[in-house]
Amino acid sequence: MNDLYNSQRTMRQMRKLAMQRGVVAILDVGSSKIAALVLRFDGTARFDDEGEIGSLAGQSGFRVIGAATTRSRGVRFGEITSMGETERAIRTALQAAQKMAGIRVDHVIACFAGGDPRSYGLDAQVTLENQVVTEDDVARVMSGCDVPEYGDGREVLHAQPVNFALDHRSGLIDPRGQLGNELSVDMHMLTVDAAAVQHLAYCIKRCDLELAGIASSAYVSGISSLVEDEQELGAACIDLGGGATSVSIFIKKHMIYADSVRMGGDHVTSDISMGLQVPMANAERIKTFYGGVQATGMDDREMIEIGGETGDYEHDRRTASRAELIGIMRPRVEEILEEVRARLDAAGFDHLPSQQIVLTGGGSQIPGLDGLASKILGQQVRLGRPLRVHGLPQAATGPGFSSAVGLALFAAHPQDEWWDFDVPADRYPARSLKRAVKWFKDNW
Amino acid sequence: MRALIRKKPQVGRADPAPSRWAWRMQRMMLTPTIRLGLRAGIPFCIALGAGTWYLSDEGRRGAIEQAVAEARQSIETRPEFMVNLMAIDGAEDELASYIRESLPLNFPISSFDLDLDAMRGTLTEISAVKTASVRIRPGGVLQIEITPREAVALWRNQDGLALVDASGVYVAMATNRYARPDLPLIAGQGANEHVSEALELIQAAAPLGSRLRGIVRMGERRWDVVLDRDQRILLPEMEPQRALERVIALEGAQDILTRDVARVDMRLARRPTVQMTTEAAEERTAQQAAFRARNK
Repeated sequence: MNDLYNSQRTMRQMRKLAMQRGVVAILDVGSSKIAALVLRFDGTARFDDEGEIGSLAGQSGFRVIGAATTRSRGVRFGEITSMGETERAIRTALQAAQKMAGIRVDHVIACFAGGDPRSYGLDAQVTLENQVVTEDDVARVMSGCDVPEYGDGREVLHAQPVNFALDHRSGLIDPRGQLGNELSVDMHMLTVDAAAVQHLAYCIKRCDLELAGIASSAYVSGISSLVEDEQELGAACIDLGGGATSVSIFIKKHMIYADSVRMGGDHVTSDISMGLQVPMANAERIKTFYGGVQATGMDDREMIEIGGETGDYEHDRRTASRAELIGIMRPRVEEILEEVRARLDAAGFDHLPSQQIVLTGGGSQIPGLDGLASKILGQQVRLGRPLRVHGLPQAATGPGFSSAVGLALFAAHPQDEWWDFDVPADRYPARSLKRAVKWFKDNW
Repeated sequence: MRALIRKKPQVGRADPAPSRWAWRMQRMMLTPTIRLGLRAGIPFCIALGAGTWYLSDEGRRGAIEQAVAEARQSIETRPEFMVNLMAIDGAEDELASYIRESLPLNFPISSFDLDLDAMRGTLTEISAVKTASVRIRPGGVLQIEITPREAVALWRNQDGLALVDASGVYVAMATNRYARPDLPLIAGQGANEHVSEALELIQAAAPLGSRLRGIVRMGERRWDVVLDRDQRILLPEMEPQRALERVIALEGAQDILTRDVARVDMRLARRPTVQMTTEAAEERTAQQAAFRARNK
């Protein structure tokens, strides 16, 4: 646990350093594309008078001065499978973004979808020593959470206090300074595969950059594509990415659950490629131009040149109707959404007061997806696009950039995490002091 | 076996990724310090180097200097900047000719070559000049306005006879007393530092008329009034004027100075003392002896 504290603290420190320097890069390592944004923090409304990061910081504190995206290589299911390829893809994206920004960046905040995220709910309670809740008490109650066995090769990515309760009053956001006898906390902890994090860290280090933060893309796409009242009342964000579909549930402006389905747009493409016997590049093109999930009578008559480059004329001049294409795509999309449904059910999403579901990510651009999703996931489905931020180029405002934009918001307005609170002072040193005193008493 | 068909090398799309070194290079070039160095530092160094190299040759330097000097000369010798004559106001003939001597200028001269401050300094160093203003008047005239020192007294000291102004500053030498019969004569060491006091005393001694020879500073602290017939009035250090007035009043009442008196000592105000001349004293002794003899 201490190890985790330290690494996360180091990243936090890096992020502060980057904020002071004013320039930080955002890197969304996805399976189908790698997006890089360069943010400049211009200091407006960045800190309030207490030196804390104010609540409007997300929108007004920074400006996107460079944006670039490149085809991802060496990433599958949101995890890095080929280090060298990924490193080069990251370099390509960041080079273009730096060039656009006209300044070099040294600090990178990255997010990724894979690594099999798992959510844990933790809670703890302590009795207050003297009625008033102090920061020390908050740290004490948080460190009092008993951490479940989340496995050896896994690492905690997020551990956020979601709710504080003081005696019988629950739903406190900031209990400091309030009066009571017993303080309890609910925390949400997200663990991912440690190897995935390490691979990403290594790739970024190979690019001579410092990793200043790391986040789950399920979380950050939720930040950017859910509007404020959805985050408050409860909503699920489904980010249909290339290799993985990530699911996150928000309520009271906190993420309470995240998961990912290891299926995404790339699987649809490979289905088309197999079904129509065309190369992947063609399949991708056909999917983006003609794809859909709701077949109509018109689609039987619309013939698509599916192409090919084998050199066999007959083979390369084949056509397929759009209905056929939809027939290939729909089952896979349905499968993905069914899997998402299963995850949401497992998380108990149907017990939430609001059942809003927001679809975002590059895969959400399939025409007719909202209709299909509302059949599978429930009535309250909408398509989400990322929040508008200063200086973001038009090309990067699509739903495919919701995790990159969310990461930018996350960088500007980070949520309190477990490691942001100090370890209570009385834990180790006091005990050792007592031991020393005891030793003295015993020996003299 | 050699393949019959030569395989074409795989020509795919070029890897868009920058190589590690290209990436580092790009990042280095985007570093603000290096950008500043490239934008400002290198042009500066090149310009400096080129300038140094160009000027390192003696001939080029000489040519540049000459060209500059010529350009300067051509501007300086324009008629607008030439000064043709010197006009001196406020100084009489002797002083004016002395000023002309002390400022050796060959007219016409360019106004750039005239150092007015230095000329002003030279002029104010002349003892007969109190203040001097030097300027170049439009029309090429060097206008010198002089306020001369006003000699108010003749001061006889060890070096001879000098003219001093009201503040005691040396104005000029005087050949003899009769060169300036209008000025009062003062003498003694340190007399020039108290000219105003001396002038007041002389004014107060006006009733003595032509009998006044002058006044002498004694021991750098008090004054003696010297009259003809070697008469002296010794004045005290404090309030000499009153003492002098008292003597003049005594003269008016008892003709004290008209008598055969060598000096009137007013140094002690309570006890004015009169010293008779030797002849008068002898005469008086003889008279007293005669008187005593008669009364025996």
